[in-house]
Amino acid sequence: MTPLEFHLPALQVAAPMLLAPVVALLRPRGLAWAATLVASLMALAIAIGLTQGALSGESFSYAMGGWEPPYGIELHVDMFSALVLLIVTGASSIALMAGKASLDKAVEHSRQPLFYSAWLLVLSGLAGILVSADAFNIFVFMEISSLASYIVVAGGTDRRALPAVFKYLIMGTIGATFYLIGIGLIYMMTGTLNLADMELRIHDVADQRPILVAAGFITVGLALKAAVFPLHVWLPNAYTYAPHAVTAFLAACATKVSLYVLLRFDFVVFQQNLLGHEFQFAAFLMPLAVLAILAGSAVALFESNIKRLLAYSSVAQIGYILLGASLVSLAGLSASLLHMFNHALAKGTLFLAVMALAMRFTRLDLRHLAGSAQHMPWTMAAFVIAGLSLIGVPGTAGFISKWYLVSAALEAGPVGFFLIAVVVIGSLMAVVYIWRIIETAWFEPPTEAGEVIREAPVTMLAVVWLAALANIYFGLATDLPRELAAGAAASLLGQLP
Amino acid sequence: MSPETLILAALSIPLAGALLIGLTGRVSPNLREIVTLTTAGLLIFCVWSLLPFVYQGGRPGVQLAEVLPGIEIAFRVEPLGMMFAALASGLWLVNSIYSIGYMRGNNEKKQTRFYVMFAVSLGATMGIALAANLFTLFLFYEALTLSTYPLVSHKGDPATVKSARVYLGILISASIGLLLPAIIWTYSVAGTGDFTAGGILQGHVEGPAVGLLLGLFVFGAAKAAVMPVHRWLPAAMVAPTPVSALLHAVAVVKAGVFTITKVIVYVFGIDFLFSEPSSGWLFYAAAFTIVAASLVALRQQNLKRLLAYSTVAQLSYVVMAAAILKPLSEVGAAIHMLAHAFGKITLFFAAGAIYTASKKTELAQLRGIGRRMPITMTAFTIGALSMIGVPPTAGFVSKWYILAGAFQADNYVALATIIASTALNAAYFLPIVYMVWFEKDSTPPGKEHGEAPFAAVLALAITAALTIAFFVYSAPAYELEAQLVRELP
Repeated sequence: MTPLEFHLPALQVAAPMLLAPVVALLRPRGLAWAATLVASLMALAIAIGLTQGALSGESFSYAMGGWEPPYGIELHVDMFSALVLLIVTGASSIALMAGKASLDKAVEHSRQPLFYSAWLLVLSGLAGILVSADAFNIFVFMEISSLASYIVVAGGTDRRALPAVFKYLIMGTIGATFYLIGIGLIYMMTGTLNLADMELRIHDVADQRPILVAAGFITVGLALKAAVFPLHVWLPNAYTYAPHAVTAFLAACATKVSLYVLLRFDFVVFQQNLLGHEFQFAAFLMPLAVLAILAGSAVALFESNIKRLLAYSSVAQIGYILLGASLVSLAGLSASLLHMFNHALAKGTLFLAVMALAMRFTRLDLRHLAGSAQHMPWTMAAFVIAGLSLIGVPGTAGFISKWYLVSAALEAGPVGFFLIAVVVIGSLMAVVYIWRIIETAWFEPPTEAGEVIREAPVTMLAVVWLAALANIYFGLATDLPRELAAGAAASLLGQLP
Repeated sequence: MSPETLILAALSIPLAGALLIGLTGRVSPNLREIVTLTTAGLLIFCVWSLLPFVYQGGRPGVQLAEVLPGIEIAFRVEPLGMMFAALASGLWLVNSIYSIGYMRGNNEKKQTRFYVMFAVSLGATMGIALAANLFTLFLFYEALTLSTYPLVSHKGDPATVKSARVYLGILISASIGLLLPAIIWTYSVAGTGDFTAGGILQGHVEGPAVGLLLGLFVFGAAKAAVMPVHRWLPAAMVAPTPVSALLHAVAVVKAGVFTITKVIVYVFGIDFLFSEPSSGWLFYAAAFTIVAASLVALRQQNLKRLLAYSTVAQLSYVVMAAAILKPLSEVGAAIHMLAHAFGKITLFFAAGAIYTASKKTELAQLRGIGRRMPITMTAFTIGALSMIGVPPTAGFVSKWYILAGAFQADNYVALATIIASTALNAAYFLPIVYMVWFEKDSTPPGKEHGEAPFAAVLALAITAALTIAFFVYSAPAYELEAQLVRELP
């Protein structure tokens, strides 16, 4: 391992974080954006490097300042964190690349350096959560990313974003506090914050009441941050009123990072230690996942603002991810992690297409979008591809994770058949709500005839199409996400039979 | 050219054609039509060049990508798919000639989109016909559903869009809700979804599960319109007639029965299904559909709707023949796909020609129309006779094989069903034939009309001639499909 490779986990967080204050000082037009993009691409490159390492079997463990774990601060990257790191840094880079024109419209020039600085803090906070091997540092990075994300969500000109962000802030803070309470209780009982160490030591105090309470607090707190139904109420408005590029970035990755922590705790720290945790975990989350799929999709059916429609669809998709995990089997967990990746692709692309659409259409209600595809065929064609991926049509990325999910459910016995029915019904509802948009855009005559509406800027379209084609690419060449997901699932399940 | 190249060409030519049609559509309609016809011609060349390989017993194949371990996008030519591909590509050319007459004669809007989506649909049909495994088949099956939606909803008014939604809703719900779980089930128990002579499921499922899995396949492939998932077919009649003719008499519906036949022969294996009592229901479901759809057809007043219900019944002939599970009946099922295609496309062509020439759509308006449109109505008569199964038409040939299969299995219910449905077919087609030739002309004064545009008449004359020709010379089709049985273990 070269020295550079050795330092990659630290650089993953440090690079964007150190650049954030620099970006805040960059006044000249466009420079802040360029610097942010460079930092984000750098983070992506680091994530790719870490992924390669993780795939070749290296496990990155990094002791900050040379203090050995469990006493010092440890950073740790395995396949699971590499997978989510790819999602986070990829989503940020793509959203920045495509989003310049849109962000120029949404954020006034004088505030742009601060806005982009906050963006980098979100990125470094999310990356920090993923590389930390220490429960308290996860909390710290969670707060960094959350506080910064409140800024970027409210960073646009839409005043309705302010109440939405306030709700997001309150809920997010409650979630983080719950998590902190849980960590405090565990620290009280075990005297350690290092996750690996915690896993070993918790065994001695397992099934004492504080640990059980801690498990409850941590699960609920993280479920809140991950927008698990019915704790999702902050999500739709935050996504709807945020600047479009921010929505594309956060929708692809923010909730997944919280899910990452949730799965880490429930599978690594608790699973082998607490008696019956496997059952409690599944019995608690499986019904929520089913409800999320059904309720989220059902609301999306009747939603008329397409950003909010897609936001409710995200609530449902989080349900699929949880559903796979709640099967507590290798196949189920692989499906779940794979769906994290594939859903990020599909939903990110959808929001990017919406961003391109919003360049020309100010109002994103369905009825204002009638015939929009006649003006912007390329944008809407990309939307169709990503929509098919979200539905899970074969040949797209979304199909692969649905296939895995159904295969995993088949192994689960009688409950499995019920779950397959849920997945099928959810997919059918996705057909309907995506089709509503496609039909309005492609097959209805434009309401304001004669008006000249141009296609979105070419640079933006090119990136949107890149993302759309990635949906097809990862639907056909599935090796990378599949290996990562399977490897991560295997390591999460660890000693479980 | 090697057969592998030909397969890839057959898949890519329609798509390349679609692209070119889209580009030339802005320049000149004539150029666009030339591109359509050239594409169709090239496709015929490629697909039919594969025939000699299959006759010699070759089963050429290509693999494009491995999506998941054991799940590939791959193509392989075998007798059933060969016939389907040859049929669809051949009739596309005829249908394109007809489309030009029809679309221009009716001054339809958005003709470029029409021809583009038509070519895409044909590409999807080729994918279905040549698929080597269930996954690939499903991929193109969905592509066909989606690419035909713009064709069905072509007119664009609220009533049409509503019907088109029924079309899409039923086909997509059934395929995602039933067919896909069936496919995943198959892969997970058998470890593969490759179409293999003799089937892949024997020893992997047993008892009632076989019947359930078969049900998922049959109703999931809603394109075959086995009741109760047949409602999309009458709904799809809002499409322009060339669409109804090629897609809802040939490509789309045949994709459904093709899928079912292929699943019975290559996934379950006919011997395995025959030995498994829980699969017996399929035969009765198909027989019921034949009789019920014929009864419904009897009561239709609109010509295209009548043809739609007649199609529902005829499709179940194929399903029933396949469900008799005897070698000869499988051959009969395959040949009926062919025979029905010739006859039904002629009938739809005639219905469209009548509409183009006179805007008539209801049965009652057709009195005495034979004297105004002699060629069209002669072709219509031939098509109707083929539906009934009267010699010298194609319908007789396939009924012969199905009956032979029924006798082979000592299946007298099949016999009775065929007799009853023949009587019913005669009961709804013969009055129309009588009416158009022998009753007094009912055209109101001032609305005189003659034949439809030349291109349309030419197309329907060709397909009518094919219907007769198939009666005289069906040996090549039998030779091809007999391999289906011969390669069984």
